[in-house]
Amino acid sequence: MTTDVATVGPASRPVRRGLAHRLGPLPWVAPAALAILFVFAYSMFELVRQSFQYDDAWVGFENFSLVLTDPLFRTAIWHNTLLLVAVPVLVVLALSVAVVLYETRRGVVAYRAILFLPYILPIPVIGVVFGQLLQLNGALNGALDGLGLGSVTQDWLGNPQLALWTMGGVIVWKEVGFGIVLFLARMMSLPEDVYESARLDGAGFFRMHWHVTIPQMRPLVVFYVISEAIVMVSWVFNYVFVMTNGQGGPGTSTVVTELYIYRTAFQDQAPELASAAAVLLFLSTLVLIVGFFRVQRAEGGTFGD
Amino acid sequence: MLIQRLGAASRHVVLVVMCVIALGPGYLMVTGSLKSQAEFLGHPWALPTSPDLEAYRTTFNDQFTRWLFNSVLVTSVAVLLTMVIAALAAWGLVNWPFRGRDTVLGITVSLMVVPPVVLLMPLFQVGAELGWISTYRIVILVYVGLMLPFSIYLLANFFRTIPASLLEAAALDGASPFQVFRRIVLPLSGAPVATLVVVNLLWAWNELLLALVFLQTDEKKTLMVGITGFQSRYSLDIPTVMAGMVVATLPLAAAYMFGQRYFIRGLTAGGLKGE
Repeated sequence: MTTDVATVGPASRPVRRGLAHRLGPLPWVAPAALAILFVFAYSMFELVRQSFQYDDAWVGFENFSLVLTDPLFRTAIWHNTLLLVAVPVLVVLALSVAVVLYETRRGVVAYRAILFLPYILPIPVIGVVFGQLLQLNGALNGALDGLGLGSVTQDWLGNPQLALWTMGGVIVWKEVGFGIVLFLARMMSLPEDVYESARLDGAGFFRMHWHVTIPQMRPLVVFYVISEAIVMVSWVFNYVFVMTNGQGGPGTSTVVTELYIYRTAFQDQAPELASAAAVLLFLSTLVLIVGFFRVQRAEGGTFGD
Repeated sequence: MLIQRLGAASRHVVLVVMCVIALGPGYLMVTGSLKSQAEFLGHPWALPTSPDLEAYRTTFNDQFTRWLFNSVLVTSVAVLLTMVIAALAAWGLVNWPFRGRDTVLGITVSLMVVPPVVLLMPLFQVGAELGWISTYRIVILVYVGLMLPFSIYLLANFFRTIPASLLEAAALDGASPFQVFRRIVLPLSGAPVATLVVVNLLWAWNELLLALVFLQTDEKKTLMVGITGFQSRYSLDIPTVMAGMVVATLPLAAAYMFGQRYFIRGLTAGGLKGE
């Protein structure tokens, strides 16, 4: 809530005029600027340069066409695209649980603490534990058998048709808590009287939330969708690397773009191809970043004011 | 009345089921670390019949202690540096508004979503040229760079809410910008600083990809890199693997229990501004 507070502006500028004043923010900002320029600007520049070169000679779009015609790269991109299916699942699940939590009140703090827990766990740990849990003779199939659901048991990570979806399930398991907490926080801050009048109008549980809660949450839902889409496209390396021992298997069934870049660069020693693939991945996230940026703007509170 | 009761009951059923699913793997990990291999394979969900700490002994006799130390070192130094550099930069940007500042901040925020895998290779090449592979400093430097954008953004947003009158009064008393920063701004910033420390600790502690590439010797590996190899090394001794996982998770889980609101506030800060 920044609107009614006078912001720090030229009016508050110190009256003293010395060397420090003439330098202005420079000494303050310089260390951060150097670190950010090195990690982001320099890297991006180098990356783009290398993606157009081979053995220090310019080769135009050669690397790109090699990568784009590589069946493994296409498979990897396709797998990231398939993982996007997890996004609507996450939204529906997180919204529903948030609504249930909002209605419940009693025990909300404890429920919220537990449901958020998976989100703070390290992905390598999640990967290792789920790797055990999902074995053919592992704990999940054991539990399903015990519940009389023996017919649903699967070789969750060993079946190439299933492995990617299993991966998606694990990602949903981790990420859903973030959505629940995000949505619940917004619901708690919605004015109570909106609900009161909807109740007086005789709106039931579903109608009320569908017509009152969901529309109010729209910008936040968009934010969540974009954040999770970015996760699916470019932050799933850890899951795949840990759960498949760095292979993306069985076969190529869980190879994703990040793993393709990692292996091309560090195992196949083909940095120019890895660079081209990384540029392509960056361009696809750029679309999402622009979306992210616009939502930030639309929601207000950024420095656009 | 009855319908309301049923409603409340069914809501609790839904929530309890969700909680069981959320806690299941953690339960398996903790109880598994106290069992024998045979017991874990035979009855994964049962409570350990005769819990023992053998698995933890094996874990700590391995290089685990070394990795734990590396993780603590890399994480704490990187987070500390990030906080200092970010606070200075945020104050610089807020105290001296200049043309284009909002654009600079906007771009900085959007850097948050650049996937690290994109930056990995050029950074690795620089590291290799400098002979910095398998040193702490390269990882710390890259971590600081990656943590800065969000840290600057959050702190700058907070600094802007400090009433101008407070700062003007100090300036009239002849305080320099640094004195204003140290005596007025920082003491007011406890909450956002705590939030940021938590978020950054969590990120750096859990980071795998960069550590995997930059820290190649067993001597220098962080826990996250170590445990990915741990899994295959002890594939016939799952309790030890699970004990390793518990140790890798414990610092965070403990911090989460005490400072839950900082975790929640910090991790949702990107979506919920000004609340």
